Amino acid sequence: METVFHWLPTLGGGFALTASIAVQVVILSTFIGIAGGLILLYGPLPLRLLVRAYVDFTRGIPVLVLIFAIYYVPSGFNVSLDAQTAAVVAIGVFAGAQVSEIVRGGIGSLPAGQLEAGKAMGLTSLQRFRLIVVPLALPRMMPPWTNTAVEIIKGSALASLIGVTEFLYQTQAAVGTTFEPIPFYLFAAAVYFVCAFGLSQASHVIERRYQYLEQ
Amino acid sequence: MAGYHVNWALAFSYLPMFIDGLFLGLGIAALSLVVGSAIGITAGALSLGRSSLVRWLVRAYVEVVRNVPILLWAYIVYYALPHLGVRVLNNVASFVLALAIYAGAYLTEIFRSGLASIPERYGEAGRAMGLTSWQRIRLITLPLMFRIVLPSLTNSFISLFKDTSVAAALAVPEITYAATYVNINTFRILESWTIASVIYLVVGYGLAFAFRAFERRYRMVT
Repeated sequence: METVFHWLPTLGGGFALTASIAVQVVILSTFIGIAGGLILLYGPLPLRLLVRAYVDFTRGIPVLVLIFAIYYVPSGFNVSLDAQTAAVVAIGVFAGAQVSEIVRGGIGSLPAGQLEAGKAMGLTSLQRFRLIVVPLALPRMMPPWTNTAVEIIKGSALASLIGVTEFLYQTQAAVGTTFEPIPFYLFAAAVYFVCAFGLSQASHVIERRYQYLEQ
Repeated sequence: MAGYHVNWALAFSYLPMFIDGLFLGLGIAALSLVVGSAIGITAGALSLGRSSLVRWLVRAYVEVVRNVPILLWAYIVYYALPHLGVRVLNNVASFVLALAIYAGAYLTEIFRSGLASIPERYGEAGRAMGLTSWQRIRLITLPLMFRIVLPSLTNSFISLFKDTSVAAALAVPEITYAATYVNINTFRILESWTIASVIYLVVGYGLAFAFRAFERRYRMVT
């Protein structure tokens, strides 16, 4: 454990990068997902088909292949994309497809009666969206969205394979230098566990807080 | 496009490598699913038992495994186990073990809910017929459970197949490794990643389609 202590500054730097990648991806994928989900629900047919193709295509390919492809392919066209940007874009595109489905499912599964009641009350479609759809759908989307966030944290570890000096990359560097895999891997597993498990537990607390919205 | 000349012929000359990679990936996924299911059935049954200590241990296994990246599990099995005196595993076996442990956590949840959803009257009927407890497990519980969890198992297989891409990090020559190899050795960058993506898409969706038909055949009618 002493060697881990020596490496803490390096590992800490890696962790900061992992955290930064995860936050960027969560933001990016949430924006993609809101747009994608709304298009899947309300968009004109050609656009809907396009988003459907994006979602199904992305979900059928491993994240690692997306990361490699988005990192390497531009270099063939003399466009240089740094590894970190490539990782954020690749994981963001992947998670964006999942969030699109979450948004579509969360809104699409609302009981029709709620919206009809809004219509009967004379609310405009924008008012119905703002006052009925959003408050009812958000708590439904929370659990799967948190799952995606956990997948993002775990997926960010794959960025180490294109040389992004994030947490797992620095862990591997430490293991390669010290030849002591056990303490470093235990430490890394503990860190990932605390972040990912902590996130899902925190979301359970928030879920319970808003549970009354569901009948 | 500036300076990039697509050359499919060169990339396609490596097709055998991709195909070998595909079968290796499918094999790894199948083996992990079998080992993971053994873990999952055991842990799932234990988590329905009376001992709260055992239930807590199963819970801990599931949560710890699910919240740590598969790449780290692969490293742990491949690089750390030898330091603990386990020195039998090459890269393929290491990855199978890592993926099985990983899948086992998800499968525990699947089998636990599958077991829990078997109506009690089936077991009671078996008892009334005078079946021993082992006969009831073998003739009633297990067949029913497999029919209930079948769709989840086939989904797990497809997602494990996609997870085998991570084995490239241990130089396991599956599809993603083949694409990396072709990319580096021929500079057929666009072609190699296109071929890999198409294989994953076609095989993944093809399997999903085939499995749906299979599941319809064995669907539970209650």
